[in-house]
Amino acid sequence: MIGLTAEEWGAVRLSLEVATRSVAVSLVPAVAVAYLLARGRFPGRTLLDALVHLPLVVPPVVVGWGLLMIFGIRGPIGAPLHEWFGVRLVFTTEGAALATAVMSFPLIVRAVRLGLEGVDTGLEAAARTLGAGPLDRFFTVTLPLMSPGILAGAVTAFAAGLGEFGAVITFASNIPGETQTLPLAIYAATQTPGGEAVAARLALVSFSLAVAGLLLAELIARRMGRWLGRTA
Amino acid sequence: MIAVALRHRFGRDGFTLDTAFNAPQAGVTALFGPSGCGKSTILAAVAGLLRPDEGRVALGGDVLLYTARGVFTPPERRRLGVVFQDARLFPHLSVETNLRYGLRRAPRDANGPTFDDVVSLLGIAHLLARRPAGLSGGERQRVALGRALLACPRLLLMDEPLAALDAARRAEVLPFLARLRDLAGLPILYVTHALDEVDALADHLVLLEAGRVIAADSVEALSARTDLPALAARRDAGVLIPCTVVSVADGLTALSFAGGTLLTTARPGPPGTRLRVRLRARDVAVATEEPRGLSTRNILPVVLAAVTEAGEPGEAFLRLATGPTTLLARVTRESVARLALRPGMPLWALVKAVTFDHRSAVMEETTPP
Repeated sequence: MIGLTAEEWGAVRLSLEVATRSVAVSLVPAVAVAYLLARGRFPGRTLLDALVHLPLVVPPVVVGWGLLMIFGIRGPIGAPLHEWFGVRLVFTTEGAALATAVMSFPLIVRAVRLGLEGVDTGLEAAARTLGAGPLDRFFTVTLPLMSPGILAGAVTAFAAGLGEFGAVITFASNIPGETQTLPLAIYAATQTPGGEAVAARLALVSFSLAVAGLLLAELIARRMGRWLGRTA
Repeated sequence: MIAVALRHRFGRDGFTLDTAFNAPQAGVTALFGPSGCGKSTILAAVAGLLRPDEGRVALGGDVLLYTARGVFTPPERRRLGVVFQDARLFPHLSVETNLRYGLRRAPRDANGPTFDDVVSLLGIAHLLARRPAGLSGGERQRVALGRALLACPRLLLMDEPLAALDAARRAEVLPFLARLRDLAGLPILYVTHALDEVDALADHLVLLEAGRVIAADSVEALSARTDLPALAARRDAGVLIPCTVVSVADGLTALSFAGGTLLTTARPGPPGTRLRVRLRARDVAVATEEPRGLSTRNILPVVLAAVTEAGEPGEAFLRLATGPTTLLARVTRESVARLALRPGMPLWALVKAVTFDHRSAVMEETTPP
């Protein structure tokens, strides 16, 4: 349709990559945290709940700054990572994915938790009486039944991850081909004289991806609903 | 022997369950009582799904719960099958996978019915590929029954399995429950508040009220007692009599029982069929002389054993002995006074042949081969 330059395609690809990696990184911990929050009874549950939701209310730039402090070359985690494993997160694609993952983590947790709370505990009790132990029960009953929530969370986080700006630019900077995702590229274009056309094209791509993501989420939700026999 | 002793308090000011009873490790033991009497709680505690404050549950020599000794076997290791009121089939699995869920987790050396046995017993072969959401309530409950059965349980626990079904679906599932009971000899604890289910299925009865056991005995023995308001105050109170069909002729079935013969227009089955009949006390009248010119077909010579309270003012129960069997008649106190009824008097008990409820009062117990 619209002719994108190689550099602009690079930004689109990078955005998709960063969003995918962020979801991949945060999905399993998000399911674990959601399970703890929904079912666990332990001291500090409220604190954990607040901590998880922090990125939703704190300005993204502050989250990026926090990540810099922790995962920076001299940070408490960043320093040993760099010294022992030679891993550097700041100003890298991995760093952009990490910043995106932290920002979208509460979105996944919320969706997964909602899915989990919709699971009838009576079914898990039934599985128990049929001889299924805790792990067996989780993987054969709880997980499949909460999967619509997990998928909804993943798709939402992916769509939101495509557009993450503040945390990424603060933590990973705005390096074309490296950390310059779609929103960063749009921002850069608007800062460049004569970049209006580029900004418009990229904005359209961004918009299309978001709509496609929403439609996909809806389609999956329907399929899953039918699979679980909700609308048979 | 299934030994159950439980004490559990709900919330701070909730009611307290304080109950102890033994049930034979064979046949159907019904836990019977009004809603909220704690019978489902007892079942949940036996299943292990609820940890009572105090208690002991033992199945034969196997102690499943003994709070005083810190013994608690988790439900997944108790090997007790549970059939819930709401079926609880896994919605994401096909009927067949649901059925095999317990089977796959049963110990290898466990001997139980095979998959094909259960499927044909419950008549669910045509449902195997379907999803639970596409099944009717009755079909769901049959699949749930099969799923519990296939886990090779040592004891089957049923929590009002018919309560969520309408009359037609109940009638559809009840015969399967009866067949299941006759199969194998798997002991069953059956929670219900429906007397017709007790009549149809139960051998033993544990009567519960407000978290306490009021009485526990065989169903026949308890049905003849007039001191149990939970049973005697019901309008359908009456003695449950085991009998056998001796002949069927002219639309009348003759039932012999210990102490006489009853004629009924109900058609329970061919001669040889054994069944239980609930003879409602309100359907039995008495006469002090042998009546003549009456349409009533059953006129049994009896001896008045006792006159007792019937719960309602103005009414009394007559305990009538015929051979080893006791019948109950509900009459007015005025009649007792007018006829000067005294224990020891010979009387005639009158029972109309059309009295017996064709649907629920006469239930198939076992059909001859």
